[in-house]
Amino acid sequence: MTKPLVAIRQVSRSFGEFQALKQVSLDIWPREVVCLIGPSGSGKTSLLRCINQLSPVDSGGIWLDGELLGLREAGGQLHRLSEREVARQRLSCGMVFQRFNLFPHMTALENIVEGPVQVQRRKLPEVKAEAMELLRRVGLAEKANAYPSQLSGGQQQRVAIARALAMKPKLVLFDEPTSALDPELVGEVLSVMKELAKSGMTMLVVTHELGFAREVADRVVYMDQGRIVECGRATDVLNSPREPRTRAFLSAEVG
Amino acid sequence: MSEQQALADGFPDLSSLRVAREAHWGRWLTAAIIVVVLAAIARAFAYGQIEWSYVGRFITAPVIVKGIVNTMVMAVLAMTLGIVLGVIVAISRLSPNPVLRSVASGYTWLFRGTPLILQLLLWFNLALVFPTIGIPSLWSARAVDVMTPIVAALLGLGINQGAYTSEVMRAGLLSVDIGQYEAAQAIGMGRLRALRRIILPQAMRVVIPPLGNEFIGLVKATSLASVIQYPEVLHSAENIYYANSRVIELLIVAGLWYLLVVSLLAPLQMLLERRFARGVARITR
Repeated sequence: MTKPLVAIRQVSRSFGEFQALKQVSLDIWPREVVCLIGPSGSGKTSLLRCINQLSPVDSGGIWLDGELLGLREAGGQLHRLSEREVARQRLSCGMVFQRFNLFPHMTALENIVEGPVQVQRRKLPEVKAEAMELLRRVGLAEKANAYPSQLSGGQQQRVAIARALAMKPKLVLFDEPTSALDPELVGEVLSVMKELAKSGMTMLVVTHELGFAREVADRVVYMDQGRIVECGRATDVLNSPREPRTRAFLSAEVG
Repeated sequence: MSEQQALADGFPDLSSLRVAREAHWGRWLTAAIIVVVLAAIARAFAYGQIEWSYVGRFITAPVIVKGIVNTMVMAVLAMTLGIVLGVIVAISRLSPNPVLRSVASGYTWLFRGTPLILQLLLWFNLALVFPTIGIPSLWSARAVDVMTPIVAALLGLGINQGAYTSEVMRAGLLSVDIGQYEAAQAIGMGRLRALRRIILPQAMRVVIPPLGNEFIGLVKATSLASVIQYPEVLHSAENIYYANSRVIELLIVAGLWYLLVVSLLAPLQMLLERRFARGVARITR
């Protein structure tokens, strides 16, 4: 019996009065691609940020590869982990941001080797070779020494994907990776993600690209108002949604 | 489109005419007035009670040159202390730890809130409060031996500078996009490493022009250390004119040296700015 790579149980998260996540539970299995869809403010991004501990959960728990994230149980109480331990847990989990967030003062190559060298304390020559291989994989080998300001949005996002992969994560989170891109640049990023999915990487993708979800996702999760409304095989949820809210959302997106 | 547009009459073709240069009479006139006023001021000084030969003689006098060297040494040391303190205080003010935050704000409040000359005098006269200073049972010394003019000047100027620099650094840290912190965290960096590797290098770009300002201010503020007997250039000039009564001449000597030092800083600042502008698409002008 395999175990889920990520197990999310009764996770809630509020920002002031606003409840972004209400008792959300979800499993993500190894090598699975899950797409999170839903209207803005539905909690998709909040869920991603909780998994990467960019924002802590208020209640509930998230386990990554069997390890409880951000918390430790002792004496019938939960204790928050130290910053150092949280940083260590984040290593298993790559993140790709909507606005790329490349480091502007470093070249593409320097962006990619920064984590492995500075955080994982690996040797530069070996990491550099791997980084060049990653740049080839995302089709940007000739841009190794370009600064982010010299790259198009699509190229920046592909470097950002390479940067996430350089840490050898067990899971990569994508937060609307194509939403900030000009329409003609979306395709190149999606094709890199497709290739990554094919290679067996476990991926959780917040996206509005329903075509991508239909083609690549194993499962699609529809969220609304902080809850998971519907969750199932991609073709089932996208082609014949059971819930009226999902149906309304999908027809609005396509229409 | 092959079809000819039907255009309305009454709008002649201007494409063969050039735009004439403007005369700018106002600019010529104001420039002439300024030249006359400057000439009058120059003439007044030339015929005034100034022995320019004294300026020439003392501008390279060993005491004066030693004074300006001391000025620069003190400015560099105090700025270094100021930047170190400023970075620590700025980071503390943005820390999640409320104790650090309040200590840092308290420091800025205290040292920005009192005159620099008063702080210098307090440091210099510390011996009146604490005749001996030290760490109990480890080390101690008489305060008058420790608080020499150079130590008092360095502490006074550097700690005061730190309070101002901390606000400049804080502005720089705040100017970096929050996404940069998150991206640094996402590759497993802790707070301090993210600050050192990712945030500070980007903040430096924003911070150098105001820091240049601060440094120029500090070069001139070292003159205040003359009141606690630190032998900087103004102090040397004063010592000379106490002896020979050439007050204005020696003040001009000191003034020329300050102008020279400050003028040399601008190209240095440009080099630094270029260093930290890596990867940034330059907006010129």
